[in-house]
Amino acid sequence: MASTEEIRSDLAEIVNEIAGIPVEDVQLDKSFTDDLDVDSLSMVEVVVAAEEKFTVKIPDDEVKNLKTVGDAVAFIERAQNG
Amino acid sequence: MSKTRVVITGLGATTPIGGDVASTWEALLAGKSGAKLLTADWVEELPVKIAAPAAVEPTEVIERVKARRLDRNAQFALVAAREAWADSGLADVELDKTRLGVAIATGIGGLLTTLNNYDLLQKGPRRVSPLAIPMLMPNSAAANVGLELGALAGVQTPVSACASSNEAISLAADQIRLGRADIVVAGGAEGSIAGLPLAAFGQMMALSKRNDDPERASRPWDVDRDGFLLGEGAGVLVLETYEHAVARGAKIYAEFAGAGITADGHDIVQPDPTGSGAERAMLQALREGDLATGDIVHINAHATSTPVGDVAEAIAIRKALGKAADQAVATAPKSMIGHLLGAAGAVESIATVLALHHRVVPPTINLDKVDDGVDLDIATEQRKLADGDIAALNNSFGFGGHNVALAFKSI
Repeated sequence: MASTEEIRSDLAEIVNEIAGIPVEDVQLDKSFTDDLDVDSLSMVEVVVAAEEKFTVKIPDDEVKNLKTVGDAVAFIERAQNG
Repeated sequence: MSKTRVVITGLGATTPIGGDVASTWEALLAGKSGAKLLTADWVEELPVKIAAPAAVEPTEVIERVKARRLDRNAQFALVAAREAWADSGLADVELDKTRLGVAIATGIGGLLTTLNNYDLLQKGPRRVSPLAIPMLMPNSAAANVGLELGALAGVQTPVSACASSNEAISLAADQIRLGRADIVVAGGAEGSIAGLPLAAFGQMMALSKRNDDPERASRPWDVDRDGFLLGEGAGVLVLETYEHAVARGAKIYAEFAGAGITADGHDIVQPDPTGSGAERAMLQALREGDLATGDIVHINAHATSTPVGDVAEAIAIRKALGKAADQAVATAPKSMIGHLLGAAGAVESIATVLALHHRVVPPTINLDKVDDGVDLDIATEQRKLADGDIAALNNSFGFGGHNVALAFKSI
């Protein structure tokens, strides 16, 4: 199973590719919208890319709960283990 | 009512022969062709394998993340708009942005985004980009330029096929003359070199099939012309009130004199062979610009290298200017840059403005033997223009029977 840090790091690569945020800024406590300036359309792109990368499903209803990088990493961990 | 004087204070372009205005103008004067044999896999089955791709890839000059959110068409628009804005010097001037407008046209809009996302849809709806709509909508280029410049007066996108960007320039001048804006950034962009348009224009017999000699394919007015060459890129001009430009000590390239907009009312794609609609457009532009036929020393023709269109336009010019056509040097930049569709009028307006500014007309290349139906003085090498007050016309015509002629004058 991928570690929390591995998931964070892979997610940071995705956020960098899509929104241009430096990978080192994509830390667990950061809010996608308030801290990283990821807009709603880019967030959809991040979610779709993450689904593919981590082979998980992230339902549309769930996306609004993924406020921070940590929320997303935790969701992915749970989905992979479930 | 006296008309507000409108002048051109900034130019920007990215074309098949140069990534900016200076390199494009130099290549035009040198008679350089931007035509190429396309080598992508999707070209193999196409009857037409030639086009005039942009000399500089827009993704090389736009920030990566910005570029991935823009269709190729909007990327070109942004490159040209940034150059025009920098050239105008307005970036350093404190502006009331509610008086700044944008009019960026396109013929087809975000076609590559549409095609790419249709391919993605085959893998499932979840794969379609959430950016697809804001990228493919025809007003995307105008909107993105407006956002970048913070323009808060109207942001508009006229669409009239290959007449679109001349219409945008006319619209920009209207906005200024109606008092809705002091400055309008106007032009057009097109990024549609792909299998579908090449196949579709090919099915219309509109494109040259000279695959074995791309640089000789676009040959306006020549007896051996067999259709146009598809180009891509963008042209953007900054239009400003004369008063505002003078007050800030701006460099002024030329004055916008007037526009003529007419319809052929003849056929959806075939030009009226009598040239009547085009003639009325040119005369209207002269009237609006308070110009006499004898003031016109140069005509930047639409002349796309199609069998019917080139002759119809030549007849129209002759009818509009009469004897004065003898003193007007005509040229066809499409012989070098190909046909930029919704960007053609803007890029060629830049060429027209620079011809007046530098008092030299770029050549038409590939004109070995002029068609019998063409009675014009065509530049086949650089031609000097007279000193003193001079004026020029730029014609653009589009499928649908749209005719837009613009008149510019020296300053």
